[in-house]
Amino acid sequence: MASHSPSQFKNRLYYALVAAGGLVVLLGLYAAHMMEEHGHIITGMNNQIVWGLPHVFAIFLIVAASGVLNVASIGSVFGKVAYKVRAPLASLLSIAMLGGGLTVLMLDLGRPDRIIVAATHYNLTSVFAWNVVLYSGMFAAVALYLWTMMEQRMNPWSKPVGLFVFAWRFILTTGTGLIFAFLVARQAYGSALLPPMFIVLSFAWGLAVFHVVQSAIYAWNGKAYKPEIVNRMKNLLGIFIIGALYLVAAYHLTNLYFARQSEFEHFILVSGGIYPQLFWWGYGLLGNILPLALIIYPVLGKTKSVITASMLVVLGGFALLYVFIIGGQAFPLNIFPGYEVSSSFGDGQIGLYKPSLPEFLLGCGGLGIAFLITTVSVRVLNFIPHDKPTIAGQGTTD
Amino acid sequence: MSDTDIQRRQFLKTSVGAAAVAIAPGMLLFDMAHGKTEAVSSKVRWGMLIDTANCAEGCNDCVNACNKENGLSGGLSPTDSQWMRKVELKDMRGGRALSLPMMCQHCAEPPCVDVCPTAASFKRADGIVLVDKHLCIGCRYCMMACPYKARSFVHEPLHDQKPDVPRGKGTVESCTMCVHRVDKGQQPACAEACPNKSILFGNLNDPDSEISKRIRSVASTEVRADLGLNTGIRYQGI
Repeated sequence: MASHSPSQFKNRLYYALVAAGGLVVLLGLYAAHMMEEHGHIITGMNNQIVWGLPHVFAIFLIVAASGVLNVASIGSVFGKVAYKVRAPLASLLSIAMLGGGLTVLMLDLGRPDRIIVAATHYNLTSVFAWNVVLYSGMFAAVALYLWTMMEQRMNPWSKPVGLFVFAWRFILTTGTGLIFAFLVARQAYGSALLPPMFIVLSFAWGLAVFHVVQSAIYAWNGKAYKPEIVNRMKNLLGIFIIGALYLVAAYHLTNLYFARQSEFEHFILVSGGIYPQLFWWGYGLLGNILPLALIIYPVLGKTKSVITASMLVVLGGFALLYVFIIGGQAFPLNIFPGYEVSSSFGDGQIGLYKPSLPEFLLGCGGLGIAFLITTVSVRVLNFIPHDKPTIAGQGTTD
Repeated sequence: MSDTDIQRRQFLKTSVGAAAVAIAPGMLLFDMAHGKTEAVSSKVRWGMLIDTANCAEGCNDCVNACNKENGLSGGLSPTDSQWMRKVELKDMRGGRALSLPMMCQHCAEPPCVDVCPTAASFKRADGIVLVDKHLCIGCRYCMMACPYKARSFVHEPLHDQKPDVPRGKGTVESCTMCVHRVDKGQQPACAEACPNKSILFGNLNDPDSEISKRIRSVASTEVRADLGLNTGIRYQGI
């Protein structure tokens, strides 16, 4: 029947999308299998750059998974109605990204087959071990939160559970920042600024991902954004971008002030080849200046400008993490302050890192998992944010 | 005694004998595998004092001995394990040059042990820092945390391992202070191999040991002493 063909086409397109996502996940799993078979020799990682591209993907996903819940918190905890209707989608995205990120982290282990050891042997002084608890607790808490929101009888509980999730994700992102903050001897890390920096970055990245996904869902369902909602969320994204930029700037400026750190900062910001390039062009220009410009002067039209800005924020996030994680390790440890050093083990030399295809595919597999969870869930359950005209009106006057 | 009784006794005797023959080698092997049952004690703290003045530039005897003892390939690519390496130093101001061996410093407060999620990185009572290869999941967080770049990750499948030195693809490893030799009352391979006797190994907790006497009489320091890790390895002349 001719009248059914557009929906049939959409249906097919949906399955094609799911298949494409599944293929990306399969490729990621195949890459992980190859890494397990041959060892990490097939990646670009080595004894100096011990964490590589998979960690960039995984940490982006985990940090964004925490930040996207901001949308839910503003609704449930602070009672803003415009955000409340978006809380289920935000929670779903959180679970999806957390699932993707953790899978990548787990499959990048030297011995992923021993994951059960990580669940049964806890070293209480290890922030990694804390994170195992924090991440699994986050899954449970967000799932519970979703249940209180989507099951009408449980609705009265959504506020206290939302508050709990709000606290939990703060601790979770603090834990992610602490992974680096607790590294005493690395010049790039070991700073108490890192946990708050990660928290504010998570706000910006999470909201950016939310914008992109929400607009894709709206476009798919032929729904239009309400201008007042776009305005609110656009302004919030702007504030988060500026907040994150402030903390990144504070981190580098404090480093620049310490003579012992100036060589490292020179490397990351000026002389380090790919790292300063990614920092200034990737994070600075694409991740901050362009999105802020689009938010202030929405030359592409309001909705399009916000979506483009959001995509750019995500790209900038990847660039920043690449510089932070890989650039931070590439700079050699200062084992003998005051001496020029050389050895067969790369002492005193900038570490070389060339990402390989398998690790890139593994990282993409994580994105694929997040995509699949989201796409399938949105199809089978009611996650689409519905703004009732009156509610939207109330939302803006809050 | 009836015939049946005699047959029964004979059968019992043979069975006991056969059981003993079957079990005995197993028991013996079990005993051998267990090794010494005596636990290590914190009364001992193993350490080394390295005299950089006697450490010759270009001499790699300690490193070669380490590689041979522990079954390492000796490869120098960034993905090869190097438990011990020679570092050449030049004072940026005065220009004084020196050479020294670098390896796990066997800290009393090891950052690798603090950060290890599964407690695979651990410190023995006698101060030797080790990795339990059965618990290591290969997360490499210890490598991020080590201030001395002392650890290596096994990037490739291994062949021809030494029975005394278990290693495994996908796990992290570092200098064990030749724990298998030390437990037998021997010196670490590097200390034994040094032609200039620049590596002095001994018990830091025994005031009468040679290493303790020497530390009392000459100026020695820890690498990155500012970190307060109380390393078991000390250096003279830096």
